[in-house]
Amino acid sequence: MRHDGFKPAALHVAVIALLFALNFVLPDYHHGLLARIMVLAVFAMGYNLLFGYVGLLSLGHAMFFSAGLYGSGLAIYHLGWGVPAAFGAGLVSGALLSLVIGLLALRTTGVAFMIVTMMFAQVFYLLILYFAQWTGGDQGLVLQQAQRLIEIGGVTLDLTEPVTRYMVSLGLFSVVLVATLLMARSAFGRVLVAIRENEERTRMLGYDTFANKLAAVVASGVICAASGAAYALLFGYVGSTLASVQYSILPLLWVLLGGAATTLGPLVGTVFMYYVIDVTSGYTSAYMLVVGIALILLVLYFPKGVLGTIRDRWVRWLP
Amino acid sequence: MSSFIRKSITRRTALKGFGAAAGLVAGPGFVRYSQAQSSEPIRIGFQAHRTGIGASYGRWYERTTNAAVKAVNDAGGINGRQVEVIVEDDGTDPGRGAEVVGKFATQHKVDVAFGTLFSHVVIGSAPAAGENKLPYYVVSEGHHVASTKLNRYVFQPGITDVKSQIQAVAPWIAANAGKKVTQIFPDFAFGYDHRDYLPPALKAQGADVIAQIAIPPTESSFTKYFPQIPADTDVIYHVMVGPAVLTFVKELGEFYGSNRPQLFGFIDSLEAVDINSPGLEFLDGSHFWEGSPRYAQPDDSDAQKAYRAAVGIDENGASVDDPKDVSTAAHMFGCWETLYVIKKAMEDSGYQSRDDAGKLVEATEALTEFAEGPEHPQGPKTFNGKIHQCFGIQNISKLEGGRLNVVHKTSIEDGMYEPEGDYTTQPL
Repeated sequence: MRHDGFKPAALHVAVIALLFALNFVLPDYHHGLLARIMVLAVFAMGYNLLFGYVGLLSLGHAMFFSAGLYGSGLAIYHLGWGVPAAFGAGLVSGALLSLVIGLLALRTTGVAFMIVTMMFAQVFYLLILYFAQWTGGDQGLVLQQAQRLIEIGGVTLDLTEPVTRYMVSLGLFSVVLVATLLMARSAFGRVLVAIRENEERTRMLGYDTFANKLAAVVASGVICAASGAAYALLFGYVGSTLASVQYSILPLLWVLLGGAATTLGPLVGTVFMYYVIDVTSGYTSAYMLVVGIALILLVLYFPKGVLGTIRDRWVRWLP
Repeated sequence: MSSFIRKSITRRTALKGFGAAAGLVAGPGFVRYSQAQSSEPIRIGFQAHRTGIGASYGRWYERTTNAAVKAVNDAGGINGRQVEVIVEDDGTDPGRGAEVVGKFATQHKVDVAFGTLFSHVVIGSAPAAGENKLPYYVVSEGHHVASTKLNRYVFQPGITDVKSQIQAVAPWIAANAGKKVTQIFPDFAFGYDHRDYLPPALKAQGADVIAQIAIPPTESSFTKYFPQIPADTDVIYHVMVGPAVLTFVKELGEFYGSNRPQLFGFIDSLEAVDINSPGLEFLDGSHFWEGSPRYAQPDDSDAQKAYRAAVGIDENGASVDDPKDVSTAAHMFGCWETLYVIKKAMEDSGYQSRDDAGKLVEATEALTEFAEGPEHPQGPKTFNGKIHQCFGIQNISKLEGGRLNVVHKTSIEDGMYEPEGDYTTQPL
């Protein structure tokens, strides 16, 4: 597959170009919504790295997302840091947390891994409530507009301004998308897939599967933290709801919908789920029922998610 | 299954697909509205908790809002224009709440957003309101608006905040229930407001909080906490919320039997719950804070009677259509009163369109008093434009004979406190 690198590269460039073009044509509301979706698609991409490629099903990724959210948000709120430094603080928080969680949780596999990650995430969530004096607890904290400005060489970027926000979201999304594409096609990515398919055999071939899995947990944690940090900086709210179990399950659903172990699946899944909720909630308060039915139908007819099924059936080169 | 997937796309299936896509695009989420003209209705975006933990409140907030809008429209609307309410469900979730406020501003092009109750949804949505310069009138009773930590576009003119409520009831507790108070509260923000504001308020009245017992929100059994209640407690001040409240009361009753201290609670925990539900017998004879009384009172004003009739609640505070459907009477009046504040501010500023949002904000900040009457049936209020918060009277009711009877009304001054900031210094 390595020799056929043109089509995937062209597809990814085309997707980024399309998202860039949408900046100029989308109505205001959908423009704002897509900025949010791209940030959350990064969350899903981070999740996909671990779930799709390594086959480790975590139910605790909200803690990595919120490590970035609180890492950057609290640095601004309490320490008065600038936006770039706060974003860095979010990434470091995510890296440290995922390293520690990885070291502990990777001693387990399968169902136990799910439960351990979920428990750690619950601990993280309850710690946010416990330290409410600093975190704002379940009510959360608001980052003021004046705290979300970036000064670059005399130019001020206002992250609350819609186009700036969209472009920053797109920038983050593009960087992570290209990074996951490169990773998926790298030797590291192939080792991860090998671990997913047969860990014993991979170990027998001489690979340190624990180290590779740990690297994947940290990479996944950092990407999710980048999403959380961007969420705090772009949308100005830091709250414990975003660390709750619901936000651990959402990236799983987005990835399952779009297609696990596909680079663009997380985006497709996030867009799909957001718009199903947005459109159906205009008609009925039972919109989660519609979401549930849509999920059941997708699992029945697209068991590998939208892009996973397309790859299996029609477009074999889809990364 | 595979034949379904592999079936080639025919012209008919393609047309079906396009038809479905067109249906989606024509749906409510996609419709684009032109800028409101002076002859068009005033559009109010109602951010409703239709689903999620706030759904029982949300249902009654919606019912009260619809009644108020009907009353406003029957009387000629606002600035001669009818009022139209656009409802979006926020799922009682702060993330979705922010999206809904963004949708109101950029998709529905409403004039103001309105109606949110749960604190975390208000706080999560506030940045979206400020960034879109959309005046956002909440009915939340949280202290977050008055703390001046939000922004200039967020107001709470129709319901008092919890800090004010606690401060107002403290003198009555100290004088009538007892001087030694033990607090039992949920271990999250709603409980923290009570934890932080009650001790100084009681201290000023010569009474003391002698123990504070925080109960984790995940707890489902409470007996193990009760031995922490000091034996010399005069009053247990409880603000448990959520479904566990019935278990809490039942276990407290089993713990104390007939020989119990005085009980004082906030009705928040029992809003939309029949006070005569099995298990709540232990509360008989105890006292509650109520924003507006659930049960009709002998001295109800004509305005209060008219308000209750318009919303459709009976003598017992339940729906006139279904006596089992108990309302959230202590809070929902805030929707009614807030709509009339919006009306007043729009009339004062000569509001025409979203271009006048700044003028509307300033006109709201310029308001100082709301007289008791059909527009403010709960009672008179003052409004502090610097902190965007109103102050009003509070009711203390005694549960006796299966109903809540108001035994004391606080004064507005009882609930006043020093402002903690000034929104008017922020740019519009």
